[in-house]
Amino acid sequence: MLNSDLKLKENIFEKPDMAATRDGFGQALLELGESNPNVVVLCADLAESTRTLAFKEKYPDRYIELGVAEQNLATVASGLANYGKIPFITSYATFSPGRNNEQIRTTISLNNAGVKIAGAHAGLSVGPDGATHQALEDMALMRVQPNMTVLYPCDSEEARKATLAAATHAGPVYIRLSREKSPVMTTAETPFTVGKAAIVWESEHKPEVVLFATGPLLYQAILAAKELEFKIPTTVINISSIKPLDREVILTAVKDAGAVVTVEEHQVAGGMGSAIAELLAAESPAPIEFVGVHDRFGQSGTAGELYKEYGLDSSHIMEAITKAKSRKAV
Amino acid sequence: MLTEEALKNLELKAEAIRETIIEMLVAAGSGHTAGPMGMADIFAAFYFNILNHDPKNPSWDERDRLILSNGHIVPVRYATMAHAGYFPVEECLTLRKFGSRLQGHPERLRLPGLETTSGPLGSGLGQAAGIAYGARMDGKKFHIYCAMSDGEHDAGNIWEAAMFIGANKLANLTGIIDRNNIQINGMTEEVMPLENLRAKYEAFGWHVLECDGNNIAAFIDMVNEAKAIVEKPTVIIAHTIPGKGIKEIEYDYHWHGMPPNKEQATKWLAELRTLKGKIQSEHE
Repeated sequence: MLNSDLKLKENIFEKPDMAATRDGFGQALLELGESNPNVVVLCADLAESTRTLAFKEKYPDRYIELGVAEQNLATVASGLANYGKIPFITSYATFSPGRNNEQIRTTISLNNAGVKIAGAHAGLSVGPDGATHQALEDMALMRVQPNMTVLYPCDSEEARKATLAAATHAGPVYIRLSREKSPVMTTAETPFTVGKAAIVWESEHKPEVVLFATGPLLYQAILAAKELEFKIPTTVINISSIKPLDREVILTAVKDAGAVVTVEEHQVAGGMGSAIAELLAAESPAPIEFVGVHDRFGQSGTAGELYKEYGLDSSHIMEAITKAKSRKAV
Repeated sequence: MLTEEALKNLELKAEAIRETIIEMLVAAGSGHTAGPMGMADIFAAFYFNILNHDPKNPSWDERDRLILSNGHIVPVRYATMAHAGYFPVEECLTLRKFGSRLQGHPERLRLPGLETTSGPLGSGLGQAAGIAYGARMDGKKFHIYCAMSDGEHDAGNIWEAAMFIGANKLANLTGIIDRNNIQINGMTEEVMPLENLRAKYEAFGWHVLECDGNNIAAFIDMVNEAKAIVEKPTVIIAHTIPGKGIKEIEYDYHWHGMPPNKEQATKWLAELRTLKGKIQSEHE
């Protein structure tokens, strides 16, 4: 059952409210515009789709247009942070942190400059735009840079909180966002802290598998856990902070369950599952099944079609749970 | 206007900086020679005349910012900062060594007074633009300078930044291009032609000035003129001689990324010292 401590929405299984994580991001920028005069927003010709348009209209003096120039987006932001501003840079994740990865490495991460990077339209769910616009490696790019914090909110409300948290976090932060609407699971009362993981679902019986899910696919993980509730008891944990990881919560859960499924809309190589695997290999080895994209590029289609094709929906997660359980030492 | 005495003093500083560069490069056993030697006059002009700065308080909010975009010429910055009192001159001999604050390419977090981290080319102008934009938002009066190489104008980020700075008329920013015509693979006009550099910047909305970058008085005049232009940003194309001060390496692109050996260093230091006061100046 859902963890009542988290004050999650009550309607998530019947008719969940739908919103995109980019909407929560845009909402938070407006709040920051009001509360923090040092916040500036930089845009690379994508104001509407990255949800910076409302900030632009309300705070035009703190909105900076770069044009289609993502390298400069990163370097100008580094300069602004160096001077004392809190810059949020926004583009599609394939371009930022994709195209401008070296500028982020040298001028932001190595400088420990407090630039907040919002990578929008990440993952397969961008859909019809196709592989060129479906970032599947952005978390890997960001996670390997020292000083960088990596956040991947599970819904629009968590995206709002992650964005607010990023503004008060001293160093650089990457926030991964999706274009597509997805179920809103959390509420204003649900806690969010950088570096913390939350147990979202617990079966009545002792868990046999633990699921670590990140981003909107958390919803699919919960559906899978609920479906299997009386066959294979599980725990589902929201890993919205990929870096730093919540070692304590993860290691405790793995100790209890003994087998792991990771779920993410990203390449398995270098993503959240890899981060968990690195931690477990060093501290507490256990069988892991990785639900994610296995060394392929995306393609055009609807989000639903692509989740099915790439094995990311709840039925594939259920298969992974069964497999993870079967791999446990008897 | 500089007095003769003040100019002479700056030229002596430039010469001392060149000596330190040679000493630190030979101690390091690796590093870049041509660029730092060619830019010694400009760095002397900055730290001993142009910049409003405080070596004892390198993070002073109101200081002028000198951004070094082409980080590989950082020995000239280290040497100049040391002579200006940021740290002891002897520390220059730790260049590129384990545990040193003087990294092979400059890292802002390791040494107070470095404004940015640089090395990978093309990224300094954008950072300078960010500082200039933020400073203008807050009505700050300090000036932002960005020293670049000519070769790094091959990089797209420079032109993205040049377009942004021109569009936003960031007149509190002055670019300086070390136009020494060399890069690693050869002469800039053979590797990837940059000309007409003046016309390119003008087309991007900049005011363009040119001068002899090894003539300290001329360079200071240009900077003063740049600061008087308030309707648009200015770039100074400073024509310098790579390896300036050592006849056998001047103009030779092979010295871009090579340090002198001990024997060469001894000979060069002697050559510099016998030329005392003769490093190019108009007034002599």
